[in-house]
Amino acid sequence: MTRGPGLAAYFAIGILFGIVITKGEVISWFRIQEMFRFQGFHMFGVFATALVTAISSVQWLKRRGRTLTGDAIVIPPKPIGSGARYAVGGTIFGLGWAFTGACPGPLFALAGGGVPVMFAAILAAMAGTWTYGLFRSRLPH
Amino acid sequence: MIPDLLLRPWPWYVTGPLIGLFAPVLLVVGNRVFGVSSNLRHLCAPMTRGLDYFAYDWRGEGGWNLAFAAGILVGGWLAGVVLRNPDVVAIATATRASLEALGIHTFAGLAPTEIFSWSALATARGLVMVVIGGFLVGFGTAYAGGCTSGHGISGVADLQPASMLALAGFFAGGIAATWWLLPLVLR
Repeated sequence: MTRGPGLAAYFAIGILFGIVITKGEVISWFRIQEMFRFQGFHMFGVFATALVTAISSVQWLKRRGRTLTGDAIVIPPKPIGSGARYAVGGTIFGLGWAFTGACPGPLFALAGGGVPVMFAAILAAMAGTWTYGLFRSRLPH
Repeated sequence: MIPDLLLRPWPWYVTGPLIGLFAPVLLVVGNRVFGVSSNLRHLCAPMTRGLDYFAYDWRGEGGWNLAFAAGILVGGWLAGVVLRNPDVVAIATATRASLEALGIHTFAGLAPTEIFSWSALATARGLVMVVIGGFLVGFGTAYAGGCTSGHGISGVADLQPASMLALAGFFAGGIAATWWLLPLVLR
């Protein structure tokens, strides 16, 4: 694989992503509550249109696309195994998503975007990830 | 004077398609799979010895993603502080009523300050919502191997059954917490 661009490019793309999710209010606890209560269309509209662009573009890229350096596009498959890690881990994350109103991307956007207490949530999330690393071999996957 | 257009929030039909573009852009730029939760692992790895899960080349594998996350922080600052929307988030009146019934009174900003502020961290509900919530986000995404971006967007865009199962789990957990746990925590 040819070497891609430097870190500055990913930093710049991250800035754009941070602007989009903040201005789109998908990092707002209020919007997440509206979604989980099925009382508004905003978040569902975001998900639906995001998936339309992501699915169509990624499927096209996998067949015809190349990276900027001319390599084939490679997406490592996610083996489903027993499915336990996705069902159980996913549900545990969902509980945290409703509490904090944020998934990992929004945690960073909120920490910078005027809700600095989210730095504490990032530390707590690191502790959660670390705890998973501690018990990984004993959990069903 | 900042023009009003830059302060206003974006509607779903602008936000959604743009979010979906980050998956193909990162693939084209450097064969990187869009996803944010791995950064929690990359942040733990340099501080941890003796656990397999953290024994890998975090700079080589995760450097690009840590730079991406740092960018999200700056983007959040630009859009949420510099170009802050002066109005409340325009949630449904039904949601506002539901939240008021749970004892939420502050509706300014992106999250209620009575829960999401340093001073509220000393209260039981602030601690549960921020710290226990954050812990569950970190544990759950590590166990599931991805979050809303890695599974919900990237994995589903690649039509991976595992990611569709994970996304169903995200919503099952979120709905359960919203309907059954939040009333216990907030009241």
